[in-house]
Amino acid sequence: MKKTATSPSLKELKKSPTGIRGLDEITGGGLPTGRPTLVCGGTGCGKTLLAMEFLVHGASEYGEPGVFMAFEETAEELTQNVVSLGFDLKALVARKLLLIDYVQIERYEFEETGEYDLEGLFLRLGHAIDSIKAKRVVLDTIEGLFARLSNHAIVREALHRLFRWLKEKDVTVIMTGERGDGQLTRYGLEEYVSDCVISLDHRVSDQGTSRRLRVVKYRGATHGTDEYPFLIDREGIWIYPVTSVPADHPTPDERISSGIERLDAMLGGKGYYRGSSILLSGMAGTGKTSVAATFADATSRSGKRCQFFSFEESPGQIIRNMSSIGLDLMQWQKKGRINLQFQTVRPFECGLEMHLARTMRLVAEFEPQVVIVDQMSGLETTGTPLEIKAAMMRLIDFLKVRGITALYTDLTTDGGVPALTESAISSLVDTWLILRDIELNGERNRSLHVLKSRGMAHSNQVREFVMSERGIELKDIYMGPSGMLTGSARVAQEARERAQQVIRNEEMERQQLDLKRKHDTLEGQISALRADFSAEEARIERIISHDKQREHSLVKDEVAMGRSRNHDIVKPVGSIIPRNGRNGRKS
Amino acid sequence: MIKARPPTKARPSKAAAPDWRLSLYVAGPSQKSAAAFRNLEQICEDHLVGRYHIEVINLIKNPQIARDNQIVAVPMVVREWPLPIRKIIGDMSNTERVLAGLDLRSFDPSPFIARKGKFPTG
Repeated sequence: MKKTATSPSLKELKKSPTGIRGLDEITGGGLPTGRPTLVCGGTGCGKTLLAMEFLVHGASEYGEPGVFMAFEETAEELTQNVVSLGFDLKALVARKLLLIDYVQIERYEFEETGEYDLEGLFLRLGHAIDSIKAKRVVLDTIEGLFARLSNHAIVREALHRLFRWLKEKDVTVIMTGERGDGQLTRYGLEEYVSDCVISLDHRVSDQGTSRRLRVVKYRGATHGTDEYPFLIDREGIWIYPVTSVPADHPTPDERISSGIERLDAMLGGKGYYRGSSILLSGMAGTGKTSVAATFADATSRSGKRCQFFSFEESPGQIIRNMSSIGLDLMQWQKKGRINLQFQTVRPFECGLEMHLARTMRLVAEFEPQVVIVDQMSGLETTGTPLEIKAAMMRLIDFLKVRGITALYTDLTTDGGVPALTESAISSLVDTWLILRDIELNGERNRSLHVLKSRGMAHSNQVREFVMSERGIELKDIYMGPSGMLTGSARVAQEARERAQQVIRNEEMERQQLDLKRKHDTLEGQISALRADFSAEEARIERIISHDKQREHSLVKDEVAMGRSRNHDIVKPVGSIIPRNGRNGRKS
Repeated sequence: MIKARPPTKARPSKAAAPDWRLSLYVAGPSQKSAAAFRNLEQICEDHLVGRYHIEVINLIKNPQIARDNQIVAVPMVVREWPLPIRKIIGDMSNTERVLAGLDLRSFDPSPFIARKGKFPTG
């Protein structure tokens, strides 16, 4: 377990690591060294186990022997109880790393005849601590004294002394206490412990149980104050300090393909961001699992690891069903190199917190790059909306912090924005894809659009979502006067458009011919006019030429006549005359 | 302080073997220890004169005994004999309760066998 670094402060409290997965993260390193810690909670919430783990880890991992003073169970019972967790108490006892002292006080044995004290207990504990040089002590549960000794004033006095004395002994102590009415413990043990109080809880809601841990108080140290779910599995207690992690997620620029070419194109051309959260919501049968499986396939193909949590189908079912859209998921499950791991989740199996805890443990074990949860709504039956909301937020956060790309599918009922997830996780997801049903012309088709996708220029277009044996394809949707066209309507529209294209081409050709013809006609007319004009021109020129000749001869005659009469030169009038005159003068 | 007194050996009495064996566990010398011994001895003298033996065990000298004998509160008196074993704690200042705890009243002054006759009724 990763230890979170504690912030440097003036004088940091020394802490004793518990070795319990998650607890050291919440407490920033463990329990206060040399001081008592109270672990309280109801029956069967795991107090004794937590305390025992503290000693076992201390003895075997941190070189700190421990004394377990049991007031309720014998050494044999305690040993037997933790065998299933792989703790060999007998071996630790033999190596003098652990000492179990069962304090048996039966109430009916005692007649109290006046003043007494609990020096016997002190002596026993002191002897036990000294004999193995213990650094850790567990008192489980010391309030047994209250139940069996009627003079509580004496017990309280003794406890005050006990804890002072234990502090002097410099041992780190866990004492357990049963939950009381309106207070942490039945006998107010919290008054003796001012340093650290941890509360455990095991609650049942809607037939599901969940275990939680809360650090009520930790003097002199910052600690997570939330309730943390935990589970007791084959390795002991496992706490998920999800909400204790500050929200500084890694923000990689790297992209990861969705496995659908057109979808990648819609998402800025490159696909999802690595480490982002993708929500895929849609009604039943809109292809959510197919989109998810395609993503899983693409991830596995690129050599990354993908973990697929399925709430609805068994792995076999998914593999079979996805082969119908051309995905061979079987190939990623070869022995020795598993790129795709399926985890079937049965919602009724356990409580929400348990599901969450289990999911997180599996993720921590497999260390995938991509996690798919199909589908989140499967958890609906396991808790109240508020609890589910909290759980989902924690899961999303958990995966984000680890830089795992996560795709969650979510079932909606009315085809609109999913009510459950809307407010719960919309702010947490980076990319939100909506799959929708389109019922038109007696058939049902699917559409996909990107509702949002942070940090990328994503397409705002609705695409038709087509599944075939070739996989998933996204096609453009036709918008016509009657609305969107999908499926066979789209195909028909495509055909219609093709036909129209042909007609348009023909029309164009025809018009071009027409134009040419018009042009030719015009050309013809022009040449005809030109021919007319030429004829006219020739005729007029001929007339002019005739006239000229006639005038010329007339002038010549006049000159000749004048010369013959010997008279002066008359200035000619009109256009012809000067020329003639000039001509006359020249001549 | 306990040692200064002569409690660990049998009280001199007429009978050869004491009918009663009592153990007094204490954690070193203290007012409570001293009071317990004083009070117990007085009660025994009143009811079991010559028929008892008190052994004082100092747990500080041997803490292992506390563990072996399941001792938590001190002073504690254990009636080792006659059986069944009975345990009482405190400084024995409440004589009534000591008598009840050690089941002495039914015993005294009749002989040991007489107790059996009384038992069902009491």
